[in-house]
Amino acid sequence: MITLNHYLFVSGALFALGLAGVVVRRNIIIIFMCLEMMLSAANLALVGFSRFRVTDGLPDYAAQSLVFFTITVAAAEVAVGLAVIVALYRTRQSVEVDTITRMRG
Amino acid sequence: MPSFLFYLFAAITLGFGLNVILARNPVTSALSLAVSFVGLAALFISLDAYFIGIIQILVYTGAVMVLFLFIIMLLDIQKEEAKRANTAAVIGGVVLAVVLTLQVAAVLGVFKEGAVTTEKRALSMEIASKREDVAQVKTIQKDLAAGTLPDAKLMGMTLFEQYGFHLQAIGLLLLVGTVGVVVLSKRESPNKPVV
Repeated sequence: MITLNHYLFVSGALFALGLAGVVVRRNIIIIFMCLEMMLSAANLALVGFSRFRVTDGLPDYAAQSLVFFTITVAAAEVAVGLAVIVALYRTRQSVEVDTITRMRG
Repeated sequence: MPSFLFYLFAAITLGFGLNVILARNPVTSALSLAVSFVGLAALFISLDAYFIGIIQILVYTGAVMVLFLFIIMLLDIQKEEAKRANTAAVIGGVVLAVVLTLQVAAVLGVFKEGAVTTEKRALSMEIASKREDVAQVKTIQKDLAAGTLPDAKLMGMTLFEQYGFHLQAIGLLLLVGTVGVVVLSKRESPNKPVV
């Protein structure tokens, strides 16, 4: 049978995958995707806890509201982050993190 | 939900998540991440979070991944993928991921409260329809009395009754984000000094 621990393990494994991606890959766009993966892993844990904390026959909607806010913040973050990447590519002609060693353009 | 469906969607989420890291082509990575998020949305729906599941598909696979693909194709970064990966970083990343997963597994092994099934924590529309907060909204009470879970309506009730300020703050954040993107991606004109 599927328990809360199953969901939490999938969440933890997804977070670990995202973390490994951030460390291993050097393409800044892939690193950014892995950050999104880690955010989603946290969302899965939150929704899991929400479903298993049943009060008066309903799941805990406070946790799901937090997930809603997380998704919105992630969407705004992606937009700004990709704009920064485009600006970076314009000045350096590269998306490899190894070539980005100075803050000044 | 039958348990094989959980394993199927968990495998899709984690398998395509792994492919994001392994793929050499950034477009493959982006599409793998989209499939991974669809699997994740299925897991959300299996947890009776229909609204969050649909939002996950609409926002992530619909909007965010299209934005990623757009930027990948705009920058034309296909040519830079020939370089070999850094061995130290690969070993470090794999060790980090394995250790973190083992740690999560070890913690969950002693987390006895997590060993409950959804059947044991079943949702009850009958009990829920008698709740005080639900009684104030007739349409939710009607749905619950009919034995269905009005997930989006309940989310709306929670968001607008308890988190109204937060909702406005998040709206402001999106506005600031939009303005920031426009300012960042504006091409600097050669005659004017950069502000």
